[in-house]
Amino acid sequence: MKSSRPGEVRFGEQLSARGQLYRSATTSGPSIVWVTIFLLLPLVGIGVISFLSRGESGGYELPFTFTNYTRFAGWGFFGYDILYPQIILRSIVLGTGTAALCTLAALPLAFFIAALPGRYKNLALTLVLIPFWTNLLIRTYAWQILLAPESPITWVATKLHLIAADAPLYPSEFAIYIGMVCDYLPFLVLPLYSSVEKIDWSIAEAASDLGADGKRVFWHAILPQVMPGLVAGVILVLIPAMGQFVIPDLLGGAKTVMLGNAIQQQFGPSRDWPFGSAIAFLGMAVVLVSLWFYARYAGEKGGDIL
Amino acid sequence: MRKVSLPLWLLAGFLYVFMYAPIVVVIVFSFNAAKHGGPWTGFTTEWYAKLLDSPDKLKATENTAILAFASTILATVLGTMLGYGLSRYWFPGKKLFSLMMYIPVVIPDIVMAVAMLSFYALVRDWLGLFELGMTTMIIAHITFQIPFVAIVVRSRLAGMDPAIEEAAHDLGASSWQTFWNVTFPLMLPGVLAGAMLAFTLSLDDFVVSFFTTGPGATTLPILIYSSVKRGITPDINALSTLIVLASVIGTIGVTLLQRPAKHSGG
Repeated sequence: MKSSRPGEVRFGEQLSARGQLYRSATTSGPSIVWVTIFLLLPLVGIGVISFLSRGESGGYELPFTFTNYTRFAGWGFFGYDILYPQIILRSIVLGTGTAALCTLAALPLAFFIAALPGRYKNLALTLVLIPFWTNLLIRTYAWQILLAPESPITWVATKLHLIAADAPLYPSEFAIYIGMVCDYLPFLVLPLYSSVEKIDWSIAEAASDLGADGKRVFWHAILPQVMPGLVAGVILVLIPAMGQFVIPDLLGGAKTVMLGNAIQQQFGPSRDWPFGSAIAFLGMAVVLVSLWFYARYAGEKGGDIL
Repeated sequence: MRKVSLPLWLLAGFLYVFMYAPIVVVIVFSFNAAKHGGPWTGFTTEWYAKLLDSPDKLKATENTAILAFASTILATVLGTMLGYGLSRYWFPGKKLFSLMMYIPVVIPDIVMAVAMLSFYALVRDWLGLFELGMTTMIIAHITFQIPFVAIVVRSRLAGMDPAIEEAAHDLGASSWQTFWNVTFPLMLPGVLAGAMLAFTLSLDDFVVSFFTTGPGATTLPILIYSSVKRGITPDINALSTLIVLASVIGTIGVTLLQRPAKHSGG
């Protein structure tokens, strides 16, 4: 997808550097200006706000300070408080846990769909697309009904002694995981499936002919071939899962605060924008730096970034 | 060559049940006669009738539609221009800029939402512009839709044979004529796919809307969220069922639309 350099003939016309610049300005220009004004500058903005102090009645004011970051790391007004480091850890565990569970579920599902004959394949794929396009909020709150004390699921879990007789399935950390995996599973299945479709099965057969057992064939001849789809899918799950605030909010009750909820709280009820900005800015920095490393990895492997 | 074994069938079946359980339960409970949710007490269509004389739900539906249509139209125009420009023309710093254009795709939506909220607040303090409401929400949606449209359009253009455009030029067509008579018809499926994606993203969005909306500009996702926070009511299930129905029809429609095309680009 390389565009032509100045003087190079491509797409049938020769353009000078100025011509290229002019065409760029009239095509890409408006969007670049739009996204810069309405997103890139605001992102820099919360970076600046994160170093300011909280205003008298919300908002933000001078002087510059590092307290928002030190507070996030745990040093608050009343000495060291484990609250925020705990929230960070919990969000990382939730994000990676969701991605891991989704991977475990998506692998068999992607292979299943790929192995179906043509017509059923399209049907099975459409059946993954429908939840993918269905509002996440609706699919999340429905678990409140499914995990309610009077629901059959709770009844079965109690009868099987998986939970104590009066222990609720919701709100709980368990409910958050259920909601997360259910919501994000399609995000992993779709890119993974497109990789599974492209598998060269003769490599697996060769490995098997050369005496590798099923496990080794999977690890060494199949898994490396689906890696691009798997990595893309994991990224698609990991980033939104770590920043989620709706699912923990609706299924976890008030006790299980994640990074997303913490940001929401600071910009909402607590009205401490500088602190909220610090959490958001740090979160964004982590995402962008990790993606930069991923882009380099994908670049080395000769793949496209997006 | 590969056969689907019984355990795999069962596992896949279980996973489909798992994905569809919430959707099914919302639909079933929208017909439940019980007033405050809870166990099944009988069949009724009362909640659907109630939706029609609930002004706040109708208003939210209207707002959601205006938001989705307005933002999709503008984002499709801007995103198509961006996708075309980035795939055809060079400018200094292009690589960096095209990476920055993808930021809305990759950052968590809550970060995007609070950044926009702070920006609107700042501009409001200085210039008196951007009172939170429909306008701010539409601007916010366009901002995250643009890169998605551009990605889809770009991938469509990447699959096109440059020789077609060269032929048009060699036969004496101007750049403008080549674009409108040759390039644009070929990239149109990509533009439509991008528009569909943008439209769905707007309909689905809760987080960005929640932070950039103002009084009187409630959308369906915001309405559902605030209702659910107070407790699930049957009429919310009815409303959600209609939204689910729209998504199902939309998904099947797009799947059928894309089938004849060999390179649908999305």
